[in-house]
Amino acid sequence: MSSVAIGNKKGFGATLWDYLTTVDHKKLGNMYFFAGLLFFAIAGFEALLMRIQLMVPNNDFVSAGLFNELLTMHGTTMLFLAATPLLFGFMNAVVPLQIGARDVAFPFLNSLGFWLFFLGAVFLHLSFFMGGAPDAGWTSYASLSLYSPGHGIDFYVLGLQISGAGTLISGINFIVTIITMRAPGMTFMRMPLFTWTSLLSSALILFAFPPLTVGLFFMLVDRMFGANFFDHTMGGNTIIWEHLFWIFGHPEVYILVLPAFGLFSEIIPVFARKRLFGYSSMVFATILIGFLGFMVWAHHMFTTGLGPTANAIFAVATMAIGVPTGMKVFNWILTIWGGSVKVTVPMIYALGFIPSFVAGGVTGVMQATAPLDYQLHDSYFIVAHFHYVIVGGIVTAIFGATHFYWPIMFNRALNEKLGFVVFWIFFIGFHLTFFIQHFLGLMGMPRRVFTYQADQGWDLFNFISSIGAIMMGIGVLLLVINMLLSIKSKPLNTRDYWKDGRSLEWAIQTPVPFYNFKQTPLVRGYDPYWIEKQEGNKEGMTYAEPLGDIHMPNGSILPLIMSIGMFIAAFGALHHPDDVSWSVPVIIIGLGITVACMLTRSFKDDLGFHVHKEEVIAMEESLYGKGGNK
Amino acid sequence: MDLNTKFTPQSWPDHAEQATMEGKNKFVGIWIFICSDIVLFASVFATYLSLKDKGPAGMDITAAELLGLPLAFVMTMLLLTSSLTSVYAMYHMKNYNAKGVIIWMAITVLLGLGFLGLEISEFYEYTVHEGFGFTHSAFSSSFYVLVGTHGLHVVIGLVWITGLIIRNIKRGLNLYTAPKFFAASIYWHFIDVVWVFIFTVVYLMGVLG
Amino acid sequence: MGHDTHVQEKSVAQYEYDRRKNAVEMRKQVVNFAIMILFTFIAFAVVIADFSPYFIKPIILLLAGVQVVLQLYSFMHMGEKKAAHIGIINTFVWMGAVIAFTFFLAFLTIIWW
Repeated sequence: MSSVAIGNKKGFGATLWDYLTTVDHKKLGNMYFFAGLLFFAIAGFEALLMRIQLMVPNNDFVSAGLFNELLTMHGTTMLFLAATPLLFGFMNAVVPLQIGARDVAFPFLNSLGFWLFFLGAVFLHLSFFMGGAPDAGWTSYASLSLYSPGHGIDFYVLGLQISGAGTLISGINFIVTIITMRAPGMTFMRMPLFTWTSLLSSALILFAFPPLTVGLFFMLVDRMFGANFFDHTMGGNTIIWEHLFWIFGHPEVYILVLPAFGLFSEIIPVFARKRLFGYSSMVFATILIGFLGFMVWAHHMFTTGLGPTANAIFAVATMAIGVPTGMKVFNWILTIWGGSVKVTVPMIYALGFIPSFVAGGVTGVMQATAPLDYQLHDSYFIVAHFHYVIVGGIVTAIFGATHFYWPIMFNRALNEKLGFVVFWIFFIGFHLTFFIQHFLGLMGMPRRVFTYQADQGWDLFNFISSIGAIMMGIGVLLLVINMLLSIKSKPLNTRDYWKDGRSLEWAIQTPVPFYNFKQTPLVRGYDPYWIEKQEGNKEGMTYAEPLGDIHMPNGSILPLIMSIGMFIAAFGALHHPDDVSWSVPVIIIGLGITVACMLTRSFKDDLGFHVHKEEVIAMEESLYGKGGNK
Repeated sequence: MDLNTKFTPQSWPDHAEQATMEGKNKFVGIWIFICSDIVLFASVFATYLSLKDKGPAGMDITAAELLGLPLAFVMTMLLLTSSLTSVYAMYHMKNYNAKGVIIWMAITVLLGLGFLGLEISEFYEYTVHEGFGFTHSAFSSSFYVLVGTHGLHVVIGLVWITGLIIRNIKRGLNLYTAPKFFAASIYWHFIDVVWVFIFTVVYLMGVLG
Repeated sequence: MGHDTHVQEKSVAQYEYDRRKNAVEMRKQVVNFAIMILFTFIAFAVVIADFSPYFIKPIILLLAGVQVVLQLYSFMHMGEKKAAHIGIINTFVWMGAVIAFTFFLAFLTIIWW
């Protein structure tokens, strides 16, 4: 399907069709990135509105009901629809290159995962225009959400169900890819850390999303079909929702933070010009964090009355997670120590990450002490804690990795000077916003309140916190401007942009051809590209096979249509409780479209296409000049 | 390409379903998917265990008096046997006997349909004759979601295997179709594994009280 | 990728040996099936026989567990050392089992108190 001839200026229609049907991990990575960026901006805007409302006491900038919708959508969007796709964007863009593969194990499913995520996200956001967004918090506890009038919660349930299916599919895809498609010589203990964390994060997705699916399903049938899972008058128990949600919810934050850790484990060695310290212990620590992440969920439920024994068990398990995390922090510090440090924009994000994340981590250990948590629960102290680990950990990783991987993703570089400006404005704004909130929490300010009375000692701190939020908004705006400016900048057409790249993704000259490496590289150790550079190989990698025909997958429009089918079915389900005549037919039509696409896919063979050796040589020469890419 | 390569029983590779990269990916992929399904069923199981026999005040239906062991025994026999017949189909695949694969997969489907028929009649009996509908109580909701989710997985498996039979009855076995049959049979075994837990936990332990 | 799989004719001796091996393997599977039927029978019988529930419950759970392990390791080839990446697959499956076990433990202890 895809033509080898490049240099043809494709028309708008052809380019649009290309992106709608692509199964190429690099294009899908860019699509995930920009979709995530869009929802990051939306959720950030929701946060700004909240902080403006809270800037002064007894404010009436937004109503109480709207504030509840904003806080719900801010949390839900940031975690599910911004952080996850941004990180998936990096995983898609980088992991196949890092392991020397041509694409992921299931390219069609990769596309399906993206479109399901995107359409689920759009569905959820339509709630703003169709009767109101969900308003029971991103945690949507059953005692409140079961009785929420209107369709807000139904949007939440259906939107997350569809989006979550996409995420689960992508998780399975990355696990299989990393297990089966590594280049010859790349044993598990020679994989780059970002690949390791992608594997483990995907394993967490594999095990954590099913409980969420089940919980959302119970909520759906309780609200729409008269089931009784959470209704205590019919024998149900509302705490089942809390358990299922947090069994998902706690691993979810590790799903987000592990790739962030992996990104920093790539950035720090490159700019400290020193090999990652303690590779085996890093791998072991990550595995331990992933495993323990499943054993601590009830630390979100200390105040529900589980009893001292249960509380004690979960408290100890939660504190235990600090140990492998601390190991990782020490390893990063020891990587920097004694290295020849070059402070570029990605590196300064890494340097800002370490103290910020540790600060968030230690307040987490404080909250793990169950008796203290009775005081801190549902206060701004908790809000401060998780924003420190999320913004200090995940968002700094995303911003830093954006600068780091922009050359590979777009064959352009982001402006370094502007990058530093963005960093400082955002970083100072972040600390201003959230450091203050620790004190607000200790002074007793509860979370999820739309306003507060004057003269309790909270006024000044809320004001300062809101100023910080505005600074963060400015920082993000400047980052987006930086991205737009890079469109007009000169193409790089180089390999190893940062000059100190260590892993395989830096060995390939940008723009990366659609088939990635023309021959599968041979991996001779950890940091395989670094090894080749040390051996004096100026022209890239040593290869494991001779040049031959390359087999690539075809694109397909079916993933988009399948996702649209689910989207349509969700509309039918949404209106089912309203007793309209068309709800069931719409559900059937929507599901029918999806099933018809699945049957089409199964019955019509799609064997991909071959790029012949001569075409590969021609492509390489046209991209890289005579002699091609070595 | 792999679709057109002609094989004989003597040249058919030993682990045909894992002989290509796509085959290995499908093999690992179906297993990883099953791991997610394990946790899915575990969540539904755990909820059932906590909501068993729970209902509104004055509810008088319990698992002990509702559930019937003879029916559960027959259903178990049908599903277990269908698991064996799918193993037998894979044995034929190892011997490059396309007709054997099709016939024994078809028998698997028939046994699965028998299981499904009994389950549907069981649900009908409970809902219509005993008044134990989906909305009756927390116990009923969790019972139907647990056993019904398993039933839905059976339906999906039957559609999958039937589709494979229809699609491949003419073109037989090659390195492109072998992984597909193998993945479907692994999925089918998994459904049987879940049923072992269902008949133990729901029916046997239910009758015990 | 892109290289067609190598096609090699087996020798007559190799072919005969592999056929016999497959047949032996299939017979083993039938024996395992018979064991599974037997376990199922015992489980049902034990429940009908009306012993104390405290005695029956652990036994039928044990029988179920053993039957499941038999299904996994023999029918589903988890025990077959030559299958691709079977070590990783085993790790994932056992991880799933451990997580499933924690769910059961939790839901039986900290839902109703």
